[in-house]
Amino acid sequence: MKLELTADQQAFQEEVRKFAQKELAPKAAYHDKTQEFPVESLKKMAEMGLLGMSVPAEYDGAGVDSVTYAVVILEISKADASCGVIVAVQNSLVALPLYKWGTEEQKQKFLKPLAAGLRIGAYCLTEPNVGSDPGDMETTAVMEGDHYILNGTKTFITSAQKAETFVVFAATDRKAGNKGISCFVVDRETPGLSVGPKEDMLGVRASGTAAVTFENCKIPVGNRLGQEGGGFRIAMEALDCGRIGIAAQAIGIAEAAFEASLQYSRERKQFGQPIGDFQMIQAMLVKMATEIEASRLLLYLAAYKKDKGERYSKESSMAKLFASKMAVENTINAVQIFGGYGYTKDYPVERHMRDSKVTEIYEGTSQIQNLVIAKAIAK
Amino acid sequence: MNIIVCIKQVPDSEAQVKIASDGKALDLDQVKFVLNPYDEFAVEEAIRIKEKKGDGTVTVVSLGPPRVKDALRSALAMGADQAVLLWDPAFEGLDSHGTAVLLSRYLAGQTYDLILLGKQAIDDDMSYIGPALADLLKLPLVSVVTKLEFSPDYKTAFAQREGERGVEKIEVSLPAVLTAQKGLNEPRYASLMGIMKAKKKEIQEVNAAALGMEGSGTSDLVKSRVTKLDYPPKRPPGKIVPGDAATAAKELVRLLREEAKII
Amino acid sequence: MFLSERHEAFRKEVREFAEHELPNLRIQEKEEENVFPKAAVELLIRQGLTGVPFPEKYGGAGKDTLSYCITVEEISRVWGSLGLTLAAHISLGSYPIYHFGTEEQKQKYLAPLARGEVLGSFGLTEPGAGSDASATKTVAEPGDGHYVLSGSKNFITTANYADTFVVTAVTDRTKGAKGISAFIVERNFPGFSIGKKEDKLGLRASDTATLVFDNCQVPEENLLGQEGQGFKIFMVTLDGGRISIGAMALGIAQASLDECLEYVRTHKLQDEQWVQEKIADMTARIQAARHLVYHSAWKKDAGEPFGKESAIAKYFASETATGSASSAISIMGLDGISKRYPAERFFRDAKLTEIGEGTSQIQKIVIARNLFKERGLL
Repeated sequence: MKLELTADQQAFQEEVRKFAQKELAPKAAYHDKTQEFPVESLKKMAEMGLLGMSVPAEYDGAGVDSVTYAVVILEISKADASCGVIVAVQNSLVALPLYKWGTEEQKQKFLKPLAAGLRIGAYCLTEPNVGSDPGDMETTAVMEGDHYILNGTKTFITSAQKAETFVVFAATDRKAGNKGISCFVVDRETPGLSVGPKEDMLGVRASGTAAVTFENCKIPVGNRLGQEGGGFRIAMEALDCGRIGIAAQAIGIAEAAFEASLQYSRERKQFGQPIGDFQMIQAMLVKMATEIEASRLLLYLAAYKKDKGERYSKESSMAKLFASKMAVENTINAVQIFGGYGYTKDYPVERHMRDSKVTEIYEGTSQIQNLVIAKAIAK
Repeated sequence: MNIIVCIKQVPDSEAQVKIASDGKALDLDQVKFVLNPYDEFAVEEAIRIKEKKGDGTVTVVSLGPPRVKDALRSALAMGADQAVLLWDPAFEGLDSHGTAVLLSRYLAGQTYDLILLGKQAIDDDMSYIGPALADLLKLPLVSVVTKLEFSPDYKTAFAQREGERGVEKIEVSLPAVLTAQKGLNEPRYASLMGIMKAKKKEIQEVNAAALGMEGSGTSDLVKSRVTKLDYPPKRPPGKIVPGDAATAAKELVRLLREEAKII
Repeated sequence: MFLSERHEAFRKEVREFAEHELPNLRIQEKEEENVFPKAAVELLIRQGLTGVPFPEKYGGAGKDTLSYCITVEEISRVWGSLGLTLAAHISLGSYPIYHFGTEEQKQKYLAPLARGEVLGSFGLTEPGAGSDASATKTVAEPGDGHYVLSGSKNFITTANYADTFVVTAVTDRTKGAKGISAFIVERNFPGFSIGKKEDKLGLRASDTATLVFDNCQVPEENLLGQEGQGFKIFMVTLDGGRISIGAMALGIAQASLDECLEYVRTHKLQDEQWVQEKIADMTARIQAARHLVYHSAWKKDAGEPFGKESAIAKYFASETATGSASSAISIMGLDGISKRYPAERFFRDAKLTEIGEGTSQIQKIVIARNLFKERGLL
């Protein structure tokens, strides 16, 4: 057993960390405030190969393993959580399904520009009235000759504001439940596709999140990903991997809050000593350090299993469930360590607290992770 | 177009360096090393020249112990084509002059159109190697370059240097030695693909024998020695001028004029 | 909990006022834009809520601490920033004058505060003196018939809108905590000014800024209590202030639960066990917090020591507020994150109650030390 990153993974980590701390972190507060989609930063990340990490070089990706993917999302999120989710969605929810399920033609046409980072992708599953069961999906795709007619609305779509390629799930047979769902690749220019106003949110405010509406969109049959009725499986497999990304994001946010807290606890003095010398403050710092480490091991385990080609659905659920809760609790404590200063926008910890909460929710709420894990451990 | 970039590995600017017990060297045991930032401008410029021209090779060369391979790999990851490390235990204790002499011996046997370096290394700030190489190789030198362009046949370089009082534009025939200043470009971050490629590349190693100094040692190459290193003096504590605004302002002006003598 | 009919009727009255009048004031916009809710404060004055716990002869409503708690709770349930503004006005800006002021000071300063003619504020915290208030650096040098104050106070609630400030300053450097005194400072005193306004995570419509004293002249008669009594004055003030922050936390927690219940109704989540579990947890904690807050108010009204109880109430209620707000978002999912619903505001607002007027860590120290004293361990 070896619990360390390979030399390659360390080299990737180091370079991405350097980039993220120098290029992303200084702009994070600005992006949070203005909710501006980080177009320039994404261009730089595209050049570094971060927008198609798991896609092999033959389709213009970087072709690195999932552990590297996890490490990279963590480092990006540590600097800017909005960038973290945009890159995570691009890689695991858009590029990966296209690589796994796409035909050669679809890969050439859609995957290559995504993997090279020339286009930004969005994943459209969530709907306003669909709870935990995608079988209730109201977006429909009806086949007419050589195309489908797509109708419906998807909400809270990360990157929707600027995305050019949308992976969309729609019911091709509403009576068939999960087996009646199909997956489509939709170009932003498709007539009938419209993106709503940016969602004003607590955290990840620069993630370009918005609703996407499809009104009689004509989608060529050739844009269907996988078989008709095969969409549910595609959606779920994408989310298995997506959870690795969100767990990494949560840990990145917590790590940023931890490092800021640790530094502040040495600098801030009360009662004649650094507050870090008080047991109650130490206890909060220790909880952060310990739980971040535990989360990181769960994350690496999930990614490692995926790289070995084993089932990793349970592990990625556990990593996300644990890491997201850990991030919320510890960023709340980070604000506590900073006291009144933590409550202001002069310090970054209030942003970390806001950014962390959504990690418990998107790409499967903690409740959904419970269901996944419960099913897996009952076997 | 063959471009050679001479680089140096230096302690990270954020590293806390300590003076070794002999008082003459730095204790580098726990220090993180990076590619000298000014050399990064040189590497970036070399890659850009090659990319723009569409042909040629970028070779990075360094002299130093095996850990320097990391800096060479950083340059390879950015996009340099090949790397050469000059090292031999006999090189231990070389000064800037000796380093320049050995680099020039190696370069004398190579073909190149341009030699690029950073204007200085951020560890010793000597700014020695560039000018010394030009002298030893009998090449023209343009130092502290902030902008670089070429004639269509790439036989002439148009370099720009920026001073506090203005800009100087220089035309120089190639081959030449040019040293890079901040502002020349914005060095790229290595891509994941670049890092992977760099890992697979061989770094060519050149030892003392290959540089024709078998048995002779480096003693006649070394012209200077560090006799002592000291920490900078602690900054005197700041002074708070007491009193209400009007009196404090008067007192401050008096102190600036009479004590600090800066107004 | 047993509440008298009188208290229940009062709650009903305040709740109706808060639910009907406040939402018209574009709460979300004011919060986003950091705009002080002047119009809402006007409504509080018209409703007679600016001096709830003070006797009528000082312009108050002549009610007890419990009624005051109910007021802050119900206002905070609708608008945390307004609840905080009111709590700071009464507990911090007015109460020390009521408790420690001379009859003249009460007539001159407390009465207009209680009637709502002016707003009150309290200056204790300094950049270097947060939890450690004994590290106060602001000094008050005695002069001819007045004190001269120099220094600054930060994180001061309602700084830009208050007219009367109770502030602490060192009158004798040799005596440590016993060398601190309290003063009543008027906004228009020469040498007094307002500095940086804070941009905050939550409670953004409430005003928070720095007070600057640049040789500020304060008449001798504005010394509150005795010289050297400042430490005691703020300790007593904060004992009471904690009750109102507990009440505020309670209001935010209740708001989170109510918002959640509405979401459960519209999204038909009643049969989900994970929802039931979270709702049950919130409900139990809120119920307990309510008992703790009211109990500390009751002890104060009964004239009994309540320092430990108010610390327990604030500690528990504030953590209940943050926890409930977080749970509410979890139940509402992405809607909880969105600013189209108020749940995310409750989450941001709640966090302050764990920090302001003594952090949870300070409350724990107060609780333990009080208990040790009770049991003869200290």
